[in-house]
Amino acid sequence: MWALVILPAPMLVAQLLLDQLGADPIDKLERLTGHWALRFLIASLAVTPLMRLTGWGWLVAQRRFLGLAAFFWAIGHLSVYTVLDWFFDWQEITKDILKHLYITVGMTAFVLMVPLALTSTKASIKRLGGVRWNRLHSLVYVSVIAGCLHFFWAVKKDVTEPLIYAGIAMVLLAFRVVWQPPARR
Amino acid sequence: AALEAMARTGGAQEDKVTPEEDATSYNNFYEFGTDKEEPKVLSRGFVSTPWTVQVEGLVKKPRPYSYDELVGKIAVQDRTYRMRCVEAWSMVIPWRGVQLRDVINRVEPLPSAKFVEFTTLFDPKRMPGQRSAVLPWPYKEALRMDEAMHPLALLATGMYGKSTLPPQNGAPLRLVTPWKYGFKGVKSIVKIRFTDRMPNTTWNDANPSEYGFYANVNPTVDHPRWSQAKERRIGEFLKRNTLMFNGYADQVASLYSGMDLRRNY
Repeated sequence: MWALVILPAPMLVAQLLLDQLGADPIDKLERLTGHWALRFLIASLAVTPLMRLTGWGWLVAQRRFLGLAAFFWAIGHLSVYTVLDWFFDWQEITKDILKHLYITVGMTAFVLMVPLALTSTKASIKRLGGVRWNRLHSLVYVSVIAGCLHFFWAVKKDVTEPLIYAGIAMVLLAFRVVWQPPARR
Repeated sequence: AALEAMARTGGAQEDKVTPEEDATSYNNFYEFGTDKEEPKVLSRGFVSTPWTVQVEGLVKKPRPYSYDELVGKIAVQDRTYRMRCVEAWSMVIPWRGVQLRDVINRVEPLPSAKFVEFTTLFDPKRMPGQRSAVLPWPYKEALRMDEAMHPLALLATGMYGKSTLPPQNGAPLRLVTPWKYGFKGVKSIVKIRFTDRMPNTTWNDANPSEYGFYANVNPTVDHPRWSQAKERRIGEFLKRNTLMFNGYADQVASLYSGMDLRRNY
């Protein structure tokens, strides 16, 4: 399963080494890692609706998997940004995060994923209790909205792609509002 | 050799010519698609001969000029210029072309002309990117008359030692104003119009808070969404500092003396 998540990574590295990423490979890598993070994050939102529609409880493990996959790619995205794009120029990076809203929002999306990744184990669910764990993990909704906004604002003019991502995310979020799980007795 | 370069450039990083492959495969030319790799592919087979340029507005005799009539008799020059994109990347491109002021003198604008406007070809059949309304077509750019008459302003007709431009770089005629962001460099020009009022320009129309009329390279005035202080030279790893007027301040700063460049971005 993890092979699926990691698969794009060696492809990107190979493309980088073979000089297949165009004239500005750092920019390209930054975009592609970001795309994968957002794709997995949005895919993780699809699991709950699918479970409710099909009743397949085993899907819950895939939700964790997809969430962690998104986190993995978000780390990749952030690494490209700090190492390749800015080469640890912390002064510029700090300014970038504080002054430029699309970076602020992107960092927010990432930071919110950290506690979720840290509490993704069964043991954490037990320790926190289902209700509290669920409440904590609803942060993913904020993260995905921030991620979509980050993508939207990062684009210069042609917002087709970010709108597609945001559209899918909105449908998956709306599902949760429209289709509440039946109250437990 | 490094010391020698330091001595020559006063400590500034050296300007190495960008590989031709990069300058001809990484293009912002939305008429041929919004991805930078698209213009090279989607402009393949774009024919720019014959080519006519309509000269309009405040000129002695408004009329169409054939490409040869307009630029054919003007001495061609080779000029290697830095090009700084508003997206914070840059290149160094050896252009070939004619001084814009020679072209302007040739078509004889009236003294009342204060601005000159350039329009890109609008032909969605040949420019497939124009089938979607990502920008208000046709693409228009303009200069104040004194900017246009500046000796650095070039109408490029070729690059990398060749006498024609590749379609993705704006064949057959393209504006080059190296002290301004790249988007001022309007490509595949079919119309030159002289006017006494500041013309609308495409990116300014599309997003006035982000792109101004002047679009002078200025590291101290950020784009609302990103910093303009540094840039990545294509082919280099570490970013370099962006220079005021893209390093051409000595030549062009006087054009803007007394102007608030924060407002007139």
